[in-house]
Amino acid sequence: MSVTLPNRESAELAGPETIRPFRVDVPQAALDDLRRRIAATRWPDREVDPSQGVRLETIQALARYWATDYDWRSFEARFAALPHFITEIDGVDIHFIHVRSEHEGALPLIVTHGWPGSTVEQLKIIEPLTNPTAHGASAADAFHLVIPSLPGHGFSGKPTETGWDPIRIARAWVELMKRLGYERYVAQGGDWGNAVTEQMALLKPVGLLGIHTNMPATLSPEISKGVQSGAPAPEGLSPEEKKAYEILVHFFATGTGYAGEMGHRPQTLYAIEDSPVGLAAWMLDHDVASYELIERAFVGNPGGLSRDDVLDNVTHYWLTKSGISSARLYWESHLAFFDAKGVEIPVGVTVFPDELYPAPRSWAEKAYPKLIHFNTVDRGGHFAAWEQPELLSKEVRAAFRSLR
Amino acid sequence: MTMTIEAGVDIRPFQIDIPQGKLDDLRARLNAARLPTKELVPDASQGVQLATLQAVARYWATEYDWRKVESRLNGLPQFKTTIDGLDIHFIHVRSRHKDALPLIITHGWPGSVIEMLDVIGPLTDPTAHGGTEADAFDVVIPSMPGYGFSDQPTELGWSGNKIAQAWAELMTRVGYTRYVAQGGDQGATVTDAMARQAPAGLIGIHLNLLSAFPTSVGAALFGDTFAMGLVKRAIVGVIASRAEKEPEALAGIERTFRAGYIAEMNTKPQTIGYGSMDPLAMAAWILDHDPDSYAKISQAFLDGQTTGGLSRDHVLDNITLYWLTNTSTSAARLYWENFQNIVAALASGQKPPDIKVPTGFTVFPEELFRAPRSWAEKVYPNLTYFNEAPKGGHFAAWEEPQVFTEELRNSFRSVR
Repeated sequence: MSVTLPNRESAELAGPETIRPFRVDVPQAALDDLRRRIAATRWPDREVDPSQGVRLETIQALARYWATDYDWRSFEARFAALPHFITEIDGVDIHFIHVRSEHEGALPLIVTHGWPGSTVEQLKIIEPLTNPTAHGASAADAFHLVIPSLPGHGFSGKPTETGWDPIRIARAWVELMKRLGYERYVAQGGDWGNAVTEQMALLKPVGLLGIHTNMPATLSPEISKGVQSGAPAPEGLSPEEKKAYEILVHFFATGTGYAGEMGHRPQTLYAIEDSPVGLAAWMLDHDVASYELIERAFVGNPGGLSRDDVLDNVTHYWLTKSGISSARLYWESHLAFFDAKGVEIPVGVTVFPDELYPAPRSWAEKAYPKLIHFNTVDRGGHFAAWEQPELLSKEVRAAFRSLR
Repeated sequence: MTMTIEAGVDIRPFQIDIPQGKLDDLRARLNAARLPTKELVPDASQGVQLATLQAVARYWATEYDWRKVESRLNGLPQFKTTIDGLDIHFIHVRSRHKDALPLIITHGWPGSVIEMLDVIGPLTDPTAHGGTEADAFDVVIPSMPGYGFSDQPTELGWSGNKIAQAWAELMTRVGYTRYVAQGGDQGATVTDAMARQAPAGLIGIHLNLLSAFPTSVGAALFGDTFAMGLVKRAIVGVIASRAEKEPEALAGIERTFRAGYIAEMNTKPQTIGYGSMDPLAMAAWILDHDPDSYAKISQAFLDGQTTGGLSRDHVLDNITLYWLTNTSTSAARLYWENFQNIVAALASGQKPPDIKVPTGFTVFPEELFRAPRSWAEKVYPNLTYFNEAPKGGHFAAWEEPQVFTEELRNSFRSVR
């Protein structure tokens, strides 16, 4: 249905701030083209050592499944059934999923994904969080959920000018929550989602009661400097702190190549735009633990992520041409990933054991003076909502209980 | 004639013959490329610009002719010989002058033997190129393992050190008992390693990049403060603390190590390999080596303005060689191998052996960083030649073959 507007001025008035429903509908030709490209993949020879990156055997298993049995339409049907919207904020169309709980007193919650994630990561927590009584929790635990796509990611618009760093995104999220009419709400994220959520907290907008993070940024300046230069652990660290320190040293020594390339030269990654297998390999190689988890899914021993989970997310990137536009966020941001930022509002922290580093409680207490929840769970890694949706849901409920 | 002499049990003549199907496939892939949105900046600060890459794609898919460079290569004496289980491809051109000095030249990444084609004439036939008979060289130009028509290693260990050992064997095998070696980029790493291994017969080296960084250069420059840790960050940290001394050169090094490709290839060469299986994506990765060569190449494609030897055809000759030999991943693995070596060397705390042979060094002004003489002297105690060339950048032999040739003549004159 088209609406006839009386004149241009009122069209503009109705324009930018309007929230429009959005329908996900991928043309068949795009899917056919994807299959053709996967089938046309030229391969390098096998890696000489497994530590050299995504193994040939793994990516070939992925490509085989992707080009044959994988069914985007089955995912699309589920995805498109959710309430999707788009609204223009600060010149960029922001796509978001907005699911309201049927429980009156539900607490509004904005959940932000990271890289190489998307709203696809968050789908499994929608039900447990909005409909807690069907998932072993009480009506008092209900949330209204807002799950936006970061600018340059998924069905959000791609910025055509520089400046969309996590600080600007945080401002946009505050505006989004305001536009939706939420006057009291909380925010959650890991990875870039944590960076954005923490920046929201630093803005201290009216209405933001507290945040929960599954990738806390807790490093003091001394620890941050030490782990990045690879200096030996300072004296006086507890065993827990020493372990986190050593994991971080290893991460900075061997695990940041992708971030360096995206941070300095995102446009050079034509490979992830031009080649579906190139994109998949780049996205699989985020961190050692999640790579191993995904690898197991493709060689027949799935853990928290299935083959379809992984390919839903990769295909979503491919179809929305988000490879390079998402990488630009690394170029835009000048924030250190793990450094404590001075968040003063209430913070809940959940440590998933296979996350990039296991944040010690002592560091979290210093980084977040109003630490309202801290828990280390027994399983899960970087993609907490995706890998362990029930567990993350439980943590989010517990973290925010005191703020309701 | 040289071919019949050398084509014995161990050394086989080699000719390139790319099936037409592969060239057709390349074109089809170029035409099917899917491109991202334009970068958000008006310059190259986000990487290879869309307009540049589109110009590359257009020329590559239409006017560019691989067969020209193929016949040029086939017009040279090319060979293969198996060393340590790998077939090594090399060009070997003897000078017609009796007392020519044998010289092995090693290319780098993202280069190949194609970088060196225009110096073969001036080096082997000096009287036709402004030199005298006494300046003549016999040249050996190998493809590094994993590069071009050499085999791709299927086992670990092919770092610069091992390649250096293989080159000494290669020179022995072709019958040279007194020779010199030259290199820039990864070729400098290999050449530096040869000099430290000091095989009998190696009487001097010349380098156009202080590339033994960080192990030997770092140790020589920064001594004890060059501590364990992430190589890149350690270097940047140390550099920051010394920046008052040689600010320009240090800033150049810092820029170099900020380039993401080094860290990615050092740690995950296989991952970037999959994307580089598309020709245009591979071209972008190769073009983004350093700001100076990128700007020159970009200009050649966008404005038709060629700097030195970096013409559209030459640039695509090199990229097409990577494509046709399917070597972008195996070439990147050399970074991984060398990184393993660096980490191991730093962990052991052992200094590499000193270099005793006469060493020449030429600074090309548009190189990644302009190494000051004081640095070259610290790293190479027997520095017998040091000069700043009037022009040229990272791909010195390719960009300025005549200048490069004169530098080699001058540098090696004293060891003949």
